[in-house]
Amino acid sequence: MVENRPFLNFLTHLVLILGVLMVVFPVYLAFIASTHGPTDFMSGIVPLLPGDQFSANYGYLLGTGESTAGAPPFLLMLGNSLAMAIMIAVGKIAISIISAFAIVYFRFPLRVPAFWLIFMTLMLPVEVRILPTYKVVADLGMLNSYSGLVIPVIASATATFLFRQFFLTVPEEMMEAARVDGAGPMKFFRDILLPLSRTNIAALFIIMFIYGWNQYLWPMLITTEPHYYTVVMGIKRLANVLDGDNQWNLVMAGVILAGLPPVLVIIFMQRLFVKGLVETEK
Amino acid sequence: MQTKRTVFQSRVLPYFLLAPQLIITLIFFVWPAAQAIWQSFLRQDPFGLKATFVWFANYTRLLDDPDYLNALGATFVFSVGVTVLSMGLSLMFAVAVNRVLRSGRFYTTLLVWPYAVAPAAAGLLWWFMFNPSVGIIPYLLSSFGYEWNHRLHTGDAMVLIIIAAAWKQISYNFLFFVAGLQSVPQSLSEAAAIDGAGPFKRFWTVVFPLLSPTTFFLAVINITYAMFDTFGIVDATTSGGPSQSTNILVYKVYADGFIGLNLGPSAAQSVILMLIVVVLTVVQFRWIERKVQY
Repeated sequence: MVENRPFLNFLTHLVLILGVLMVVFPVYLAFIASTHGPTDFMSGIVPLLPGDQFSANYGYLLGTGESTAGAPPFLLMLGNSLAMAIMIAVGKIAISIISAFAIVYFRFPLRVPAFWLIFMTLMLPVEVRILPTYKVVADLGMLNSYSGLVIPVIASATATFLFRQFFLTVPEEMMEAARVDGAGPMKFFRDILLPLSRTNIAALFIIMFIYGWNQYLWPMLITTEPHYYTVVMGIKRLANVLDGDNQWNLVMAGVILAGLPPVLVIIFMQRLFVKGLVETEK
Repeated sequence: MQTKRTVFQSRVLPYFLLAPQLIITLIFFVWPAAQAIWQSFLRQDPFGLKATFVWFANYTRLLDDPDYLNALGATFVFSVGVTVLSMGLSLMFAVAVNRVLRSGRFYTTLLVWPYAVAPAAAGLLWWFMFNPSVGIIPYLLSSFGYEWNHRLHTGDAMVLIIIAAAWKQISYNFLFFVAGLQSVPQSLSEAAAIDGAGPFKRFWTVVFPLLSPTTFFLAVINITYAMFDTFGIVDATTSGGPSQSTNILVYKVYADGFIGLNLGPSAAQSVILMLIVVVLTVVQFRWIERKVQY
């Protein structure tokens, strides 16, 4: 701080408090709505204080679901989302870390083309090539399966870059020492590189977990059996049907359930999250 | 390209290590992209029995199609709106957090979590806030005499998705602006203060120009985000309506391809989108190279 200006300090806090309100208010309102019964919206304006239907609404969604809206019980969808997010995060990290290891610690003829091929995936988000990708997955018989949900989105240029940048900063002496002691490449990878990469792996895991959890278009196309539905696509089906009869309490309860797990991850692992976010973009 | 000074000697091991990533890339990225390019030069007959090679007819037809031009325009308005709104607010919050000493971490925690909210969920949150019959914002607006209805008014629908998309992106921009502000040397601000510059003048003439690499980088990232990652927001709220006013490019590819089953034109749209991504990626990487020279 260069000088002390009480008015500016006041303004600073005012801006931040307004900012926090702006960020928090929609979620607060959604939570309030989710604790009311459906008739509380009839008056034409949303209530601003919690109602008494919290356990009724959430219990109904988690246990029974809204089968008329094509939404199975939320417990099932939350489980599917969790499984998908973890498989995507672990898969991306696993295949990226070994590719980065190959690119940094070996010299072989196809090294540069391979690197560019991986780089290309960065340029082709699934939304822009959706129809042909869907066809490939359908031809391989991977519709309505966890492998169909996970494998097509598991390649990661971002993670490969991050690990490559990190490996380049690992001192040369580490590897020379390991070689002098007679360690082969895989032993060096397992006993030295993996432990050194621990924080990077954790930070990346958070980013990739959120990415996986929030997948929307892909699960929507790949799954037609309610058994495989994920929660983020589930709330949209819920909203489509319930919007007509103003069952906003259930829709908002669904939104809260779908959003809570990744938000909790960020709040409790904020330091790792910020590290992961800032470093993957470098 | 860089490797280590000394490397492991193995003829086959590196290929095994690269294989999973490369196989997935080839099957699920390169092959479909090639298919899209090939399809974009073909036209199917109405029964899907045979396809004729039509050169650039799909592209020229696309560029003559008022619906496509409309989608281009909507995408432009949407991306610029999201980028300006979200970056403006985040910069303000970042400057404020950078000024407070003790409570910065507390505010940061409260500002960053929308990053984790899925686009579809963010869309539904604002859809509810703006709901013409029960939402709180139309209620407030009606006391000013404005009848909000995003189901009928094209402008209202666009404002709705811009706000929802910008809201979700604030946390990301905020974190990068905070990191950028922390790397601006304090001594420059102090020197300007000694020369008699007030806090606002110091910000606009000293700090903001030094932030320009961050600002530029974020602008590219935000445009990319608005163009490609907002599918869920549009699909969960307006579905492109009313009268196609929010039918942004990435939503139109999906709608034409999956619902309309127009293979050729949809593939041509995919190819145009890929070109846009390539341009944005190249711009982004040039920025990184420039930054390295500092």
